[in-house]
Amino acid sequence: MTVPLRSSGRPGSPPPTESEEETRGSTGERGRPATAAAFLLPASIVLAVLMLYPIAYSFVRSLFDASGNTFVGLGNYVTMFTDPETFQAIRNNVIWVVVAPTVVTALGLIFAVLTERVRWRTAFKLVIFMPMAISFLAAGIIFRLVYEQDPGKGVANAVVVGVHDLFSSSSEYPGARPRDPKALVAGPDGFQTASSVSPGRSVSVPLIGFAPDGMPKTAAPARPAPGSAAANSIDGVVWLDFAKGGGGTAGQIDPNEKGMPGLTVQAVQNGSVVDKTTTGDDGRFAFTNLKPGAYTIRLPASNFAQPFGGVTWLGPNLVTPAIIAAYVWMWAGFAMVLIAAGLSAIPRDALEAARVDGATEWQVFRRVTMPLLSPVLLVVFVTLVINVLKIFDLVYIMAPGSVQPEANVLALQMWLVSFGGGNNQGLGSALGVFLFVLVLPAMLFNIRRFRREEDQ
Amino acid sequence: MMRRALRVTVVMTGLALAAAGCGSGGNNTNTPPGSGATGGASGGSTGGSTGGGTVALPKLDGQTLEVAAVWTGDEQKNFLQVVKPFEEQTGATIKYTSTGDQIASVLTPRVKGGSPPDVAFLPQPGLMAQFAQSGALKPVTNEVSSAVDQNYAPVWKDLGTIDGKLYGVWFKASNKSTVWYNVKSFSDAGVQPPKTWDEFIKAAQTLSDAGQEPVAIGGADGWTLTDWFENVYLSQAGPDMYDKLTKHEIKWTDDSVKKALETLAQLWGDPKLLAGGTSGSLQTDFPTSVTKVFSNPPKAAMVYEGDFVAGVITSSTKAKLGTDAKFFPFPAVGDKPAVVGGGDVAVAFKDNPGAMALLQYLASPQAAEIWVKAGGFTSPNKNVSFDAYPDQISSDVAKSLIDAGDSFRFDMSDQAPSAFGGTKGAGEWKDLADFLRNPKDVQGAMQALEADAAKAYGK
Repeated sequence: MTVPLRSSGRPGSPPPTESEEETRGSTGERGRPATAAAFLLPASIVLAVLMLYPIAYSFVRSLFDASGNTFVGLGNYVTMFTDPETFQAIRNNVIWVVVAPTVVTALGLIFAVLTERVRWRTAFKLVIFMPMAISFLAAGIIFRLVYEQDPGKGVANAVVVGVHDLFSSSSEYPGARPRDPKALVAGPDGFQTASSVSPGRSVSVPLIGFAPDGMPKTAAPARPAPGSAAANSIDGVVWLDFAKGGGGTAGQIDPNEKGMPGLTVQAVQNGSVVDKTTTGDDGRFAFTNLKPGAYTIRLPASNFAQPFGGVTWLGPNLVTPAIIAAYVWMWAGFAMVLIAAGLSAIPRDALEAARVDGATEWQVFRRVTMPLLSPVLLVVFVTLVINVLKIFDLVYIMAPGSVQPEANVLALQMWLVSFGGGNNQGLGSALGVFLFVLVLPAMLFNIRRFRREEDQ
Repeated sequence: MMRRALRVTVVMTGLALAAAGCGSGGNNTNTPPGSGATGGASGGSTGGSTGGGTVALPKLDGQTLEVAAVWTGDEQKNFLQVVKPFEEQTGATIKYTSTGDQIASVLTPRVKGGSPPDVAFLPQPGLMAQFAQSGALKPVTNEVSSAVDQNYAPVWKDLGTIDGKLYGVWFKASNKSTVWYNVKSFSDAGVQPPKTWDEFIKAAQTLSDAGQEPVAIGGADGWTLTDWFENVYLSQAGPDMYDKLTKHEIKWTDDSVKKALETLAQLWGDPKLLAGGTSGSLQTDFPTSVTKVFSNPPKAAMVYEGDFVAGVITSSTKAKLGTDAKFFPFPAVGDKPAVVGGGDVAVAFKDNPGAMALLQYLASPQAAEIWVKAGGFTSPNKNVSFDAYPDQISSDVAKSLIDAGDSFRFDMSDQAPSAFGGTKGAGEWKDLADFLRNPKDVQGAMQALEADAAKAYGK
């Protein structure tokens, strides 16, 4: 973390210090190699034991099978690249590497630039930086709660449902459905009678699938339709064909079954609604003054609309973006702090000069700040890329088991095949080597940058 | 705030269970005051109601035995109570190491490094087979073997035997053929606990007619789905076919599998029978599936899983076991109801008198009864008295397990290679989750299962 801070001071920094010159000069007098070796030895041993040996052994191990006894050559690599699960993991890793560092760096830049100007900048920065203090595991559990499906528990869905319900109201009888789906057919607009009804007839509509305890207080015991409708009217009854405790005959009004008040009922002729009415407390309804002809009686879907359940954040489609959002929440502070440090190192006079020359604030930002800041941005970005390539904990904790394959990433896949049940450390090592190869360019890039800066 | 705090624990339990693979259960704390915890200290004498006196154990003064298991919290405390009489009798000291949920990841490196614990409790027979075949486990002595003969149905001895040698003593068991229901939901809908699968589906339909969401499925955790399948398959195809499928001697494309999946699809394929519909089920983890049924108001009427559901009910809901929450045995799909279960097997990694004495002690009813009385524990030991269980429910659970005798079958997915039967998001867990997502595709599910099985079993 200290390195980018150093680099941020580079633009316009003094030439190499004397000590650096001295080190370079001393290479000339290579008089005592034994002494040099003695000094190098402890560090080399530590490096070899802790770094080189594990890397080399991982590579060797990746050439053997699960038991570690049989040499399989590149077999594990073939398995790896022909396995659809690994492909999914690679695909997700690509999404991660493209999206996460970009968003984090951009947000960090925005926060850094904005906090430059505000009075309470330390407090603000502290708040943004705070998630960094939370472990991945804890953050994963927190975000599982955030993304909880039940709007009563998950914040994300509570917001989504709250906004949704502002624009559409809930229905009286969510989930209720006809007792006989053949007599009352489900259509795009709701349930409607399968056969047509002509004035002078009665319709009885038994509904189920709604808890008797949830009935409105005004609901009265259902009464059969009078059956003596006038020649120009259709009447009927809608009732809940299920009483508490069960029993009774399906499709018949039993003594303890109640009418469903407040339902909208429509009379439809040739596809257009000609009349509509509302059921009474005993579930009865009637259309009067209908012209002769054939009608269908419809109960519009709005009566039965299920309450909006929110978004399935951790479902197969949204799981990776949802986890990336959690990652951004954690790491935006990191990017902000580094970029802010770089920002404060930009010489004020350069900015002032631009302003004196008549540049707008946007131009100052675009043409002066950004170029001077680009080395820092690059370092932040590359560091994040390395960090994201090895992402594991968040995915493992946050993805429910049923969508884990959809959320899979390489580091998780590596753990899964070697320890998490697969118990094939050969294949796991192959994945590890592959991950190493992927991280390598980013690391080399960083190393070369540091070198170049030191050479300056 | 309280609810938030509660949710955190539930989620964490969920993670723990998901990782454990077979769910060694929530922490059951329904101990009647003053029975289990204090009884443990003098357990040797209080527990000796059956099985003929105490076990003759050697003197092991000054020895330390390391025991590793997945148990933490209350389970760890109860286990330490179990071994207390052993320590007093032999003079040995038990050093307990909790491995957390990833027991294989902890033990494998220790075995390779040459310093395994003396005794470990393995939650999966497959893991025991792996260790036995690599020569890490030590076969038990004749004393242990005869203690097992005396106290267990033969099926448990077979489960502890690899290549003709007995390696393990099954200490803890679970009955995974129990369907738990909300008593009020059932009475509101006028539904009786069903005995057969057809009655079960009909009951679910009636519940749905009554405006309730019938069955909660913890589909986010794959292991609950494998348990569903196993119960249907064992009851429908019978124990012999079950054993063959367990060993992958018949393929997953077999007609018997097709029949079982089609049977399951009667439930899984009808979203109105599932609490939260199909996608809701896939997002529900196991602890949530239980709290859905026993919360107020309930969001589902029943939930199927093992006896450890009781622990979740007591720890995470306000429902009272036996009055608000009851269970019925998994409905019979074929002629006979099935009893599928799980358990923890004690195995010795070192061939020393201490380890063997401990196994012998663990095979005795006295040892088991200490934990039985503390609650949250079902013993596969047939000489443990049903009266020792702290309440009617746990006694009934144990009774149906012991009564099943040799027709009891161990959880199939726990016996399969873990790449197939025990990995989150892979193998059978994933294939059955996909099947729950799309229950019409029986053929596709069978092919996916067979492909993954073939890979994992190495055929």
